[in-house]
Amino acid sequence: MTETLLFYGLAILAAGGGLAVVLSPNIVRMAIWLIVSLVGVAGLFFLLGAEFLGATQLLIYVGGTVVLLIFGVMLTATGPLRSLITPGLELVQGCLAAGVLLMVLTWTLGGIDWTVVSRLLPQDVRARSAHSAALSDGDTTTGLGLGMVGVSERELGASQGRRTQSSYLLPFEVISVHLLVVLIGAAYLARTKRRAGSPQS
Amino acid sequence: MMVLMSTIGLADYLGVSALLLIAGLACMILKRNILGVLMGVELILNAANLNLAAFARFTSLGLDGQMIALFVIVLAAAEAAIALAIALSFYNSHDSVDIERGQQLKG
Repeated sequence: MTETLLFYGLAILAAGGGLAVVLSPNIVRMAIWLIVSLVGVAGLFFLLGAEFLGATQLLIYVGGTVVLLIFGVMLTATGPLRSLITPGLELVQGCLAAGVLLMVLTWTLGGIDWTVVSRLLPQDVRARSAHSAALSDGDTTTGLGLGMVGVSERELGASQGRRTQSSYLLPFEVISVHLLVVLIGAAYLARTKRRAGSPQS
Repeated sequence: MMVLMSTIGLADYLGVSALLLIAGLACMILKRNILGVLMGVELILNAANLNLAAFARFTSLGLDGQMIALFVIVLAAAEAAIALAIALSFYNSHDSVDIERGQQLKG
């Protein structure tokens, strides 16, 4: 009962915020509605038992990425350019594309019995699923951290070292270097260049 | 009241995710501001993350789904940083963030 109420509240927050981003003509209001939508999604993460994911969503998305976006809006918003929206024919085409995709997705969602999905799995996968279901009742931080440094919690629990589960040490390192390269590249791209004809100081 | 008594399953989360995906797609198509397009991309990535977390909860995906969602969040932050840098560079050279003005960026 409580979970259902919470789900519908957060779902309205997330989906309504997303639709308001599309419908709002002003770019600053779009950023604010984006925050509403992201907070709704973070609440849904908490409801799904992914506490660390929800906290990361709040910290990095709402606290980092959207603030970055708002800075971009403020640096580039000049007068009439703040509310650019496509006219006429493109509006019809865009709405048509989105509407058709929505129809396909809802038709697919309605046509599939999703309770079968977990029953179709092989035996050992279902055993591991029971383990992870216990994990996802709340305490996911330990498992995520162990996965990041290269140890799977399932391997720790298993009797002997049959490595069936790949860990995330290599992707973690790759994404760290990737983030460093991206930030250096962003700082290089966004630096202020002198115009060719401007006087040198 | 009937709605409130039903339990929430995988399909409900997938429905919310589908709505977010539609909103992001429409945002990408309809906005002419570069930053508006960027917000559409963020909405689509959030839809994917919601799918991953829902499958992690309701199927045997387990912690792997949450791990992939974490990587997606980091990649989205990196993508936003580089796209904003490009938008600022474009604004510096064209005095506009209208994507129609980018048609001359050929070769």
